[in-house]
Amino acid sequence: MSLITVKDLSINYGARTVLSRVSLSVEAGEIVTIVGPNGSGKTSLLRAIIGAVKPVRGTVELGRNVTLGYVPQRLHIDETLPMTVARFLRLPNGAKAEMIHQALTQAGAPDLLNAQLSKLSGGQFQRVLLARALLGTPDVLLLDEATQGLDQRGSAAFYQQIEQVRKETGCAILMISHELHVVMSASDRVICLNGHVCCEGTPAVVASAPEYRALFGTGTGGALALYRHEHDHGHDHDHAHIHHDHDHTEAAE
Amino acid sequence: MLDDFMVRAALAGTGVALAAAPLGCFVVWRRMAYFGDATAHAAILGVALSLAFSMSIFIGTVVVSLLMALTVNFLSGRGYAMDTLLGVMAHSALAFGLVAVSFLSGIRIDLMAYLFGDILAVSRTDLGVIWSGALIVVALIGWRWSALLTTTLNEDLAYANGINPKREQLVLTLALAITVAVAIKVVGVLLIAAMLIIPAAAARPLSRTPEGMAVTAGLIGITSVIVGLRAAFVFDTPAGPSIVCVAALSFVFSSLLRTFRTTA
Repeated sequence: MSLITVKDLSINYGARTVLSRVSLSVEAGEIVTIVGPNGSGKTSLLRAIIGAVKPVRGTVELGRNVTLGYVPQRLHIDETLPMTVARFLRLPNGAKAEMIHQALTQAGAPDLLNAQLSKLSGGQFQRVLLARALLGTPDVLLLDEATQGLDQRGSAAFYQQIEQVRKETGCAILMISHELHVVMSASDRVICLNGHVCCEGTPAVVASAPEYRALFGTGTGGALALYRHEHDHGHDHDHAHIHHDHDHTEAAE
Repeated sequence: MLDDFMVRAALAGTGVALAAAPLGCFVVWRRMAYFGDATAHAAILGVALSLAFSMSIFIGTVVVSLLMALTVNFLSGRGYAMDTLLGVMAHSALAFGLVAVSFLSGIRIDLMAYLFGDILAVSRTDLGVIWSGALIVVALIGWRWSALLTTTLNEDLAYANGINPKREQLVLTLALAITVAVAIKVVGVLLIAAMLIIPAAAARPLSRTPEGMAVTAGLIGITSVIVGLRAAFVFDTPAGPSIVCVAALSFVFSSLLRTFRTTA
């Protein structure tokens, strides 16, 4: 049985449909990367998986005893809230000191224990968030643009850490990323989302397809040319959708 | 001992400071200061209605404050910015309350007592109500402490941990309504928000953890009550405002301390 099974999931915000009939699954130990333009419903999909949004149709099923570890997009800590890393990692279930030390080490930030959260750099903060997600010994790590605000070297280092974590713990990883050129090599599977699942496959298959730059690429000289896009692929649902008229550049979003 | 009105006043103030400390921290962390103000202002309407229907003022203010807070929660995100909404609700509730009070012929009530508090007139019964309310608030927040903190950090993080942020918000709203109701007698409607925010803000530079901040806020609040009452007695000043003045001074000192520490 899959760790996560999403079936026929649709999400509306008011009258706006952000996801329509999305199905996907995550298997043990694999790294799945979700790509898609801004507003394509990537974050909504993760939020539906953790139970923060209610779908209008479809289901999210977790396998038996599957625990999730969630690393949110950059977290804003109010300056008025004093919080050490140690205290943060004990929320909400009171992890033991040795567990916390182990999680911080795994996340590559063993010496931050007594630092104040509001004083951390972007990269340090993401590692602390990763450590917090690891504390629950998750079967699946969910990462939502975990490297937003990091420079390229910082995000490359962060993704190496993620791979390391998978090697050590064997957990599956479902992540959202803009930087597919960085995460591509580590992903087992890539899912392209734009309100619905446009296409999915292994990064290698995707990379060798003819319209490689279609979704992100041309406008940015290939730096974001990440993913091939099949335009003649059929959809088994009959309502009109908009994926053909997005203009395929990151800048346009 | 309880026969002395100063002792009763000090105990009443201590009770309020105790409830206001942890709640005030959340009000500061979650930027709910204006929300606290609105809830407090609505309480004057509660006072008027309680007198009109001759029921307990505590019950009346809890109910009206709670309705106010729930209405704001419900309306927020529906077309108005939060601060506009709160501005409308808070001042309307205050105005309607003041008008409603004027209709109460036959009962001469001292409006000033409700606007600015009447801590020196606290009875034994009042003391019982204040401490019951305060203990309920402390117990409620203590019970939900971790969940509230997680929710305050990030709502999605809370969901991922199986915590429902909406329910935790409701806990805070309830605690706020109870605190307002018990604090009316002590500092009055207009200064309740001060008892929530000032000790917490003063505690911030002195704290490294959320728990530390709540305890420090409690100590500052209680000290403010005792020193403020003493000052009111010596200088013959109004008691409620004197307490808030002492709290404000402690805020100035702790801010200066922070400035010295960061520049040194």
